[in-house]
Amino acid sequence: MTYVKNRLRRTMMFVPGNNPAMIKDAGIYGADSIMLDLEDSVSLTEKDAARLLVYEAIKTVDFGGAEVVVRVNGQDTPYYDQDVKAMVKAGVDVIRLPKTESAEMIQKLVKDIEKWEDEFGIERGTIGVMAAIESAKGVLHAPEIAESSDLMMGLAVSGEDYTADMHTHRYPDGRELEFARNMVLQAARAAGVYAFDTVFSNMKDTEGFYRETNYIHELGYDGKSLVNPRQIEMVNKVFNPTKEEIEDAQNVQNAIREARAKGSGVISMNGKMVDKPVVEKANRVLETAKASHLIDEEGNYLGE
Amino acid sequence: MENNVKRQLPDDVMKELNLKPFETSEIGHPEIQRTAPKVTATTGQNKIVESLEDVIKSTLKDGMTISFHHHFRNGDFAFNEVMDLIIKLGYKDLTLAPSSLTGVMNDKIIEAIKKGVITNITSSGMRGSLGDFVSHGGLKNPVIFRSHGNRARSIEDGEIKIDVAFLGVPISDPAGNANGQDGNAVFGSLGYALMDAQYADKVVLLTDNIVPYPNTPASIKQDQVDYVVKVDQIGDPDKIGSGATRFTKDPKELKIAQMVNQVIVNSPYFKDGFSFQTGSGGAALAVTRYLRQSMIDNDITASFAVGGITKPTIDLLEEGLVKKVMDVQDFDKGAALSMAQNRNQQEIDASWYADPHNKGAVVNNLDVSILSALQIDTDFNVNVMTGSDGVIRGAVGGHQDSAAGAKMTIITAPLVRGRNATVVPSVETVVTPGESIDVLVTERGIAVNPKRQDLIDAFSKVPGLTMLSIEDLQKMAEKQVGTPKPLEYTDRTVAIVEYRDGSVIDVIKEVKD
Amino acid sequence: MEIKTTGVAGTLESSDIQIMISKGSNGIELDLDSEVKKAYGDQITKVITETLQKFGLENAKVKATDKGALDCVIEARTLAAAQRATETTDEPKLEVL
Repeated sequence: MTYVKNRLRRTMMFVPGNNPAMIKDAGIYGADSIMLDLEDSVSLTEKDAARLLVYEAIKTVDFGGAEVVVRVNGQDTPYYDQDVKAMVKAGVDVIRLPKTESAEMIQKLVKDIEKWEDEFGIERGTIGVMAAIESAKGVLHAPEIAESSDLMMGLAVSGEDYTADMHTHRYPDGRELEFARNMVLQAARAAGVYAFDTVFSNMKDTEGFYRETNYIHELGYDGKSLVNPRQIEMVNKVFNPTKEEIEDAQNVQNAIREARAKGSGVISMNGKMVDKPVVEKANRVLETAKASHLIDEEGNYLGE
Repeated sequence: MENNVKRQLPDDVMKELNLKPFETSEIGHPEIQRTAPKVTATTGQNKIVESLEDVIKSTLKDGMTISFHHHFRNGDFAFNEVMDLIIKLGYKDLTLAPSSLTGVMNDKIIEAIKKGVITNITSSGMRGSLGDFVSHGGLKNPVIFRSHGNRARSIEDGEIKIDVAFLGVPISDPAGNANGQDGNAVFGSLGYALMDAQYADKVVLLTDNIVPYPNTPASIKQDQVDYVVKVDQIGDPDKIGSGATRFTKDPKELKIAQMVNQVIVNSPYFKDGFSFQTGSGGAALAVTRYLRQSMIDNDITASFAVGGITKPTIDLLEEGLVKKVMDVQDFDKGAALSMAQNRNQQEIDASWYADPHNKGAVVNNLDVSILSALQIDTDFNVNVMTGSDGVIRGAVGGHQDSAAGAKMTIITAPLVRGRNATVVPSVETVVTPGESIDVLVTERGIAVNPKRQDLIDAFSKVPGLTMLSIEDLQKMAEKQVGTPKPLEYTDRTVAIVEYRDGSVIDVIKEVKD
Repeated sequence: MEIKTTGVAGTLESSDIQIMISKGSNGIELDLDSEVKKAYGDQITKVITETLQKFGLENAKVKATDKGALDCVIEARTLAAAQRATETTDEPKLEVL
């Protein structure tokens, strides 16, 4: 497995790192990313065992083409060093650092990864990093964290710890997370990295889940962290482009093709120049449409 | 000798029992001379008997065949009450020929076998301690496993000649007009027991609820009944539907159910007036839920659902999405109770449901059947009888019948269970031949029987539906769990699995421990 | 490697295996309880024994209660139990896996 900076990351499914049954089946649900957890879902007495289990799982389990992310324990814990070492050796795609509050923390993680890559003879730069933003300090430092490394894959808001730090808790309307969500998203966009929203854990409240997912999709988030495979389909539904969006994107691609055929460096559509963000947006739309089987390989529309 | 699903059948057993090897699932048009019961004529005035013991003494002789139904499932009190007395009275060499056996009967049967009271068994299936006991050679003569349709056929053809049928019912009048729909221990359809009532020489009803004559609707009728015995309690209503119906939250089962729904919706059979059968497992119930939504979205209704019925199917009936329910048994209280309320919930007997030797059973009108499997092999042969340790722990049920009749038979199974592969090179026991299976749905993808090119064409156009060869799925499973060491058996045959026409599709050997 | 205490790793949940390692003097003595013992007993025994040997344990009493674990889980649990028994969990010997 090798880290790919740009790919579809609508869904990041959490899987407890000490649960063989859940790890074994994690690949069948079509999550874009699977996050094997060594941190909060593993009790202090099982940190060593979970680390070895996740190590073996990365080397042997078929995760169905999903990106494999591991959340290691925090840098203030005695487990961090061995976690990073084991995950580098296992060949994970991305390491997620919890409780990130500064650029230095990410730079330390990258240095540690490089140290182990050198030791195990692994090429540098094959593992990406991401930061979980879980405190007021982390939110305020989000811009520098997002820009702290070339290997930065993205930022994730972690609502539970953050709201505790803010002397509040989660509310259905999400107003308590408004600032953090916007700050983290701005920081991620400015740095050209991905942004992930926090988990929604009440499986019974389908309506609430859709409300929150629609909201973060509107804001511009790339994806959402999930606690249950049943949420994958719901997130994908929200992130699906409309037929009009797909047609627009296809028009942009046609314009690019025409420009190439003419040998022209300027892409124009309906007499207007097409800018880079528009091109990138079109690519994202079509990639999402393909992944959700809304268009086939030739680009024919399959939706209803 | 070898049969047509490449199973070695022991010549001595085949010869001794005068059995034919399985050839094909095609039944053709055989002419059958049915048998009829011996009837002792009466005016029916004195059928109520206080003493079950007296009834047994006056009807039962050594060497006879007795039968029971399994509609009470694990809430059954009738079986143990009758068997206790039979054991106490010292009978020998009886053949036990129930519609099926449930866990609550196991201990009593093992006791009866050990004491020489029961020396032969034919059943749809067995589980738990009894399956273990038989697989370890506890019964001298091989058990004969028959599907529900095959049991009906065997009773009609005279291969099973029931001398005395002991049938528990939740309500009866003094003349023996009875049903499964009213009373305390209600189980709904009496479908399997109706065969016994019609063909047994002596019919003994057991009930805790005798009501004034005449009791209607009558499923079992007074002209069939010899005795009505009053007991304290016929069954435990809370255990009749135990464990069967619950909407799964298991994401893997939901994923499989969703794929099954995709297969149905994209098949040529999903059109107004289609028909289907689902089982009672977690995935099957979830299929019903997804199918409901697809029917609403596509403005399609089903002409009927058949089989073992659950509440979710009754909900579809009440919503008008399913026009009729052809009901041979009810798996939960919701389905059982609704029979009295719904005239579109038609009680059917086992012959009407699934018998290959009648003038057309309901399964032959079936479009889509969704069935489960303990194992399925690369020839699409299905095992629903023995576990991966070779021990008996299942039932044929209506599996062979529904698979043979339906235009599209879908098997749902996870690729692996724990460390056991479900998709294997060769099943331990063939119950349903691969020629009657069309599609396998696992969480990693579906496989279509190569003989169904039409379905392969239909499903290859479905976006997001992963279609693989069954060999690929088998290899995928083996890659996960490794290659198991082949199980070891002795030469002794402990059970024979018949196909629905009475031919032998496989035998089960004694396991070596 | 010296066994200093009894080391246990893994759970009795489905797809897991619980391994208990304690001092022994007669090679690897394995007591295996598994629902798939007939089909996979030899393989499970091989995985546990080889993992312990690679870890550097020649003598140990091992009690394994298997709930259908895959080989990768068995290896991970065996190593975790061995590291706990030898009180070396701070330095995981990943090269064993």
